[in-house]
Amino acid sequence: MANSEKENALINLRGINMSYEGEKILDNLNLYIRDKEFLTLLGPSGCGKTTTLRIIGGFITPESGDVMFQGKRINDLPPHKRNINTVFQRYALFPHLNVYENVAFGLEVKKVPKDEIKKRVKKMLEIVDLKGFEHRRVTKLSGGQQQRVAIARALVNQPKVLLLDEPLGALDLKLRKEMQLELKKIQQQMEITFIYVTHDQEEAMTMSDTIIIMKDGIIQQIGSPEAIYNEPKNAFVADFIGEANIFDAMMVKDDLVSLCGKEFVCLDGGFGENKPVDVVIRPEDIELKPASEQNSDLYGVVQNVIFKGVHYEMSIQCEGLEWLVHSTRGWKIGDKVGLTLIPDAFHIMKRLYADNTNHVKAQVEDGTVSFFGQTIEGVNLSDGECVLTIPPTAIEVVSLDMADLKVYLESLIYKGVYNELIVYDYDTKLNLLVHSMNDEQVATDIGIRFDKSKITVSSAEEVQ
Amino acid sequence: MLKSKMGSVPFLVWSIIFIMVPLGLVLWYSFTAKDTGEFTPENIFRIGNYSSIFLKSINLALIATVICLVLAYPFAWMLSRAEAHKQGIMMMLVMLPMWMNFLLRTYGWMTLIENEGIINKMFGFIGLGPFEMINTQGAVVLGMVYNYLPFMITPLHSVMVKIDRSTIEAAQDLGAGFWQVLFRVQLPLSLPGIISGITMVFVPSVSTFIISKMLGGGSNMLIGDLIEQQFLGSTYNPYLGSAISLILMVIMLLLMGIMNAFDDDEMQGMVM
Repeated sequence: MANSEKENALINLRGINMSYEGEKILDNLNLYIRDKEFLTLLGPSGCGKTTTLRIIGGFITPESGDVMFQGKRINDLPPHKRNINTVFQRYALFPHLNVYENVAFGLEVKKVPKDEIKKRVKKMLEIVDLKGFEHRRVTKLSGGQQQRVAIARALVNQPKVLLLDEPLGALDLKLRKEMQLELKKIQQQMEITFIYVTHDQEEAMTMSDTIIIMKDGIIQQIGSPEAIYNEPKNAFVADFIGEANIFDAMMVKDDLVSLCGKEFVCLDGGFGENKPVDVVIRPEDIELKPASEQNSDLYGVVQNVIFKGVHYEMSIQCEGLEWLVHSTRGWKIGDKVGLTLIPDAFHIMKRLYADNTNHVKAQVEDGTVSFFGQTIEGVNLSDGECVLTIPPTAIEVVSLDMADLKVYLESLIYKGVYNELIVYDYDTKLNLLVHSMNDEQVATDIGIRFDKSKITVSSAEEVQ
Repeated sequence: MLKSKMGSVPFLVWSIIFIMVPLGLVLWYSFTAKDTGEFTPENIFRIGNYSSIFLKSINLALIATVICLVLAYPFAWMLSRAEAHKQGIMMMLVMLPMWMNFLLRTYGWMTLIENEGIINKMFGFIGLGPFEMINTQGAVVLGMVYNYLPFMITPLHSVMVKIDRSTIEAAQDLGAGFWQVLFRVQLPLSLPGIISGITMVFVPSVSTFIISKMLGGGSNMLIGDLIEQQFLGSTYNPYLGSAISLILMVIMLLLMGIMNAFDDDEMQGMVM
């Protein structure tokens, strides 16, 4: 990213930190937004996307960092002095005013002459397709119409930037699709910057010039919809955007990856030699042939077929992994198929836990180690610091009443045969990698239990 | 149909015994001559003599109501924006004095603001005063504000908690500063609370007799005192007392009618 581009950006957020009740919401957030672009902040609930939007809107002041607007620091500028308008999540229309008065509100408080207000409101209501609704009570309108009033009310002020906080969340699917196209059209017509917050990846894909994917207050990836889909930076992004097979693999060397015991040519490098990686294969990038042709890379059996209209979605058991494959040709359950993978199909990503296990620092006292409220006795080490190696298989997910520890499930990624869970311990503020065969609800509390026989204790020096 | 009619019977009986009959008695007394027991409008005409007391009562009650509104509004607003558990505690603190006897609380104020009272003694220490605080109109208003402030806070708060924070943010977002947000959004949206608050403070204030008696002394007689005299005082005249009550009721009904008309006009479509 060119530096000059960064300086010419309309909005620039630098080193933004924000926390709420001791919980970090935004962690050193850096991003810039170009003029006239449609930018989407995308992520699961609690990722900090709405907080980011509210910081830009001026409704909250970040604890540290700079909010720059056209080169000026606006951290302490109140919302009503910013050339930015917002479409709120549940519209936030004024229930005591009618449609016309709602739309005219911004112009009236700015003391715009009456004739001009009339002209601009009229034109705006035409743009959002609400001509003739001027004297209706906003409370008597449908959800879609209220949405349009909210958009008109914001845009009539001719802001440089329009902020939209999940504005289509309350609409039904068909209306939502219509509004997506309409919003994009309005954005191009008015030639202003839209900053859009959503958790719906399809919505983000449809409208955005740039997508910013966030998780736990940290930006995971910034890029065009194509770039994010084709080159996801990590397993979380790959899993969140579109459908994907995510498997454990080994990077043999640059441009060569080992998966299911076979080596494949790929177009990625820079991971080092013989390094564990995550590999992402999009379901439409897998070519299926009858197994009898004997010319495929891998062989498997069709387990399940769902017709999706344009394509068939199949689940194929192959080399002990469950593969999701999209194909325009429908196969039957039980068919033996061959899977062919071209180099372009592989997207290699760094693993979050390089050696696929947890290392936790702890203290030894009289041959006893305490960790997460648990103890291991009879440790053959002198007092002082030690390191516990807790493999993900040593942690079992159990119901809360049976649990050793209550933890927060941050993410869950299906790895073809097991789920890779990342959990967060409230007391120690540590993350743990857990493997589980069961599906759990992300962003909830789950219980875990340790199998102490699988945990090894070593002295701190040994590990270093 | 029959069933629903049957269901309202207890209420009907209750209203007849406790509302209709007493009202009818007040009406009957109002138009009955004290000496002869015959029908007469004389009692109503006599009220003209007391118009200054009426004006004073309404005046003091209005002042107390306005002061209550000005004090309660920002307080109720801040309260409605606080966290839920804090709101509960604060609301309880607001209501707490109400659990103590009304007379006792007013006696409390008497001992505070007496000429030889605690406040004047404290002024005396720093060489000021004594100030004449008790037996003034100000003391009566103070008593009304103190006793009826919770009646203003409660309805305001219950309307305000329902105002969505994002509505206020939307107004700020559209360029409205503090005063514009207040007058264009906050006040219109909290109007139902303002109106019931005004009603709940004004009505008991205008008809009080304890507060004016204890804090106002003999020179600050209000309608309530006047009515009380007719029933319990030396001038025993329940016929006149009923007539005064009736007129007071009519005045209050008129005032409330005006308020409610205002309310309906502004608030149509408020129900989401």
